[in-house]
Amino acid sequence: MSPEEIIQRRVASELRPGTLVNLGIGLPTGVAKFIQPERGILFQSENGIVGMGSRPPEGMEDEELTDAGGAFITAVPGAATVDSTLSFGLIRGGHLDVTVLGGLEVDEKGHLANWVVPGKMVPGMGGAMDLVAGARRVIIAMQHTAKGRPKIVPECTLPLTANRRVTLIVTDLAVIEPTETGLVLRERAPGVAVADIVAATSAKLTVPDHVPEMDLG
Amino acid sequence: MKQAISPQQAAEMIPDGAVLMIGGFMGVGSPHRIIDALVDAGRKDLTVIANDTGRPDYGIGRLVRANALRKVIASHIGTNPETQKGMIEGRIEVDLVPQGTLAERIRAGGYGLGGVLTRTGLNTIAAKSQRVIEIDGEDWLLASPLKADFALLHADRADFVGNLVYELTATNFNPVMATAGATVIAEPREIVPVGLISPDNVNTPGVLVNFLIRREAHHVA
Repeated sequence: MSPEEIIQRRVASELRPGTLVNLGIGLPTGVAKFIQPERGILFQSENGIVGMGSRPPEGMEDEELTDAGGAFITAVPGAATVDSTLSFGLIRGGHLDVTVLGGLEVDEKGHLANWVVPGKMVPGMGGAMDLVAGARRVIIAMQHTAKGRPKIVPECTLPLTANRRVTLIVTDLAVIEPTETGLVLRERAPGVAVADIVAATSAKLTVPDHVPEMDLG
Repeated sequence: MKQAISPQQAAEMIPDGAVLMIGGFMGVGSPHRIIDALVDAGRKDLTVIANDTGRPDYGIGRLVRANALRKVIASHIGTNPETQKGMIEGRIEVDLVPQGTLAERIRAGGYGLGGVLTRTGLNTIAAKSQRVIEIDGEDWLLASPLKADFALLHADRADFVGNLVYELTATNFNPVMATAGATVIAEPREIVPVGLISPDNVNTPGVLVNFLIRREAHHVA
């Protein structure tokens, strides 16, 4: 199983039936592949749809039906399209149950940096700051390290996306929960030893006596 | 009854240095014919308020490539490296605003509000010089209203009095921008007689719209 698939499957199992979920561009978008329709999870895309469906058949795309990454989508039965003010009203107003976003760094306070590398990459925050500030639960789905360098660090060196503590970090190695007293290692990926996770993490990790393997469904 | 003008006539109305709001999300729901006319007219020093700057040579990206922009207020420029290049080289001033805050700043401008309070961006570098206001022990960021000389919109349908209907995710910033431009020019895909759009289905009332872009001529009667 690829690192991406481990992350996507574990995030998918974290989503509860009947909830409204926003999946970020890139790795988080792929979480949808592992969600069975009967779970009744609705996907929002912040450009203005509640009830986003999978990609349409070749040649049947509608130029006015896309996701926030500009990709063609469909709408599921019961979907609604909304303008940008209502879309972000849903996000900030506590109506969005979960946002799943990628990360560049997460630190011991559970703070996320994911929108800018000053002087190198300045794409803009898009909807990320509203999503992290407003969603009920914020799940960070990312590789544990970048080119061998830990992404879970004592304190973010990159500019923060929000001052809020994220809910959960899911990586290809581990599930980590930021708490008031710091980061707690909750689960490890199949076949991964706790020592490997600690070695790949520069932040302080609280390690309970028993760290179960992830259930990847 | 609204006047149906050509994209060229719209571009003639818009002077160099004007402040424009342009609807659309990565070009979806953008008024592409007006954008093309602005490029053809060689407009300069425009300020554009929009969600993003499209992709290279697509949507608002066409204005970027034509060096028509002096300033951009947007939530995201990552899909257009040419905007990032212009920013790094100092040709284009870029003000990045969180997407939801951008929408609310436009709404404040168009709805006659003095600003909006949001938690988005608190204690981040995006808050810059924004005031923090404490209410009942909680901190909020004050976001100021935005207005424009012109709002340039895409719509799915208009009727003769300028009532607008949007479609699917091409809606995005168009309805809120309709409230915040001193002059509002809408580019609908079709224009239908009054009565064909039911009052309940009007998304933007025609009283907000000054001009419609005339139909693209395919059928000749």
